[in-house]
Amino acid sequence: MNLFLDALAWLTDPERVTGPNPLAERIGEHLWYTVLALVVSALIAVPLGYLIGHTGKGRQLAVLGSGAARALPSLGLLTIFTLIVGVGNAQVAAIAVFVILGVPSILAGAYAGVEAVDRSVVDAARAMGMTETQILFRVEAPLGLPLLLGGLRSAALQIIATAVLAAYVGLGGLGIYIQRGISLRTYDEMLGGAILIVLLALIVDALFAIAERVARRAIGSAPSRGRPRSERPEPLSTDRQSTLEEIR
Amino acid sequence: MNWVGANLDLVVELTLTHARLSIVPILVGFVVAVPLGVFAWRFRWARGVTLTVVGLLYTIPSLALFVLLPPIIGISFLSELNVTIALSIYAVALMTRSATEALESVDPAVRGAANAMGYSGWGRFWAVDLPLAGPVLLAGLRVVSVSTVSLVTVGVLVGSRNLGYLFMNGLQRGIVAEIATGIVMTVLIAVAFDLLLALVGRLAMPWTQGAGGGRRSRRVARRIALTEGPT
Repeated sequence: MNLFLDALAWLTDPERVTGPNPLAERIGEHLWYTVLALVVSALIAVPLGYLIGHTGKGRQLAVLGSGAARALPSLGLLTIFTLIVGVGNAQVAAIAVFVILGVPSILAGAYAGVEAVDRSVVDAARAMGMTETQILFRVEAPLGLPLLLGGLRSAALQIIATAVLAAYVGLGGLGIYIQRGISLRTYDEMLGGAILIVLLALIVDALFAIAERVARRAIGSAPSRGRPRSERPEPLSTDRQSTLEEIR
Repeated sequence: MNWVGANLDLVVELTLTHARLSIVPILVGFVVAVPLGVFAWRFRWARGVTLTVVGLLYTIPSLALFVLLPPIIGISFLSELNVTIALSIYAVALMTRSATEALESVDPAVRGAANAMGYSGWGRFWAVDLPLAGPVLLAGLRVVSVSTVSLVTVGVLVGSRNLGYLFMNGLQRGIVAEIATGIVMTVLIAVAFDLLLALVGRLAMPWTQGAGGGRRSRRVARRIALTEGPT
């Protein structure tokens, strides 16, 4: 535990404000990469996801994309892109990698959100005379917002994690403390950096969790991960239980 | 291609090590997470706590976990165990959620029917709940397998020798083919494991072929395949 006290001392040292590699600058870099990549990913993935969800065509694309994003090693993409565009342009390479890894989650969220909307609601909207565009933007998009936010949340976490590796292609960010700490054997720096990274990820995760909850409340639905009461395994007498389940 | 020809031994050696490093976390993930999932599914009070904890665990970026874990559990920073344990933690975290959802995806009407036929408690669990949860469990395990194989590469930054070595070495020496080989081999291992799991699933659950299997479990399985994954 001594090591963690050292890390804490490192984090609170005035050097972190005035010295080289100030915390604020590295945190700023990390957040900047994350926000930029998230926005670019969303601009690509949300329209595509809505299109797939609304038309029901191209679902395989969404599934394939998720599989590919999981299978492709982020460190490999980061290093190969950097080599291809040249170390001087590493920033472009890194953003491209973040976007490649961010798009599938957002696409899946946008698509799943639209697809999860009750078909009878969509039919009702159509019967009321809404055009397809109106159905998408006034019915499907708002009702699918919680799932879209879920997708953005996964993408943001994926990008934050990959941005940690960006230090290895010379891009700074919070990963730089880990990289320096490992090569210089300054364990307080390494642990301090890791703690900051975890905190950043947890805070971003919590913000998205709150946004998801607000969105769910706004459209008036229960959290979809919640467990329907009908599935409680407890023994009512057996026939009563199945009757109750039928009613529900 | 010249690079591959000249370094075939290295590529084969790293690929085998990489596959070996990936297997333990995947197995641990399955063996530990299924009981945890059952626990979260059977006891309502345990569900929230368990799922919150596993959710937080896989929020942690992998390199940060590789760095934080050794001092916490008291092993050497460069020990091979480090990467194995860290990836096992991710696998358990991911799989516990899938296992809980797998058990919840079992149609309550079927469960009711099993009760009516006289099944109860653990007898029903082994004969009805677990087999019917199978397809979703398999979907979860396949996600765990693919992401573990990919995450192993990050271990190179804390001294683990695997295909990730080709990334860092290739970057330093400026050899694109070396990194490309590393990426291709990583993806190939992931695909091989995935096919193997699909095959095992088919042998263990012959009823899932064709029209069998509940609509609901198929939907949950697809959602897991779409959205889950550690970072």
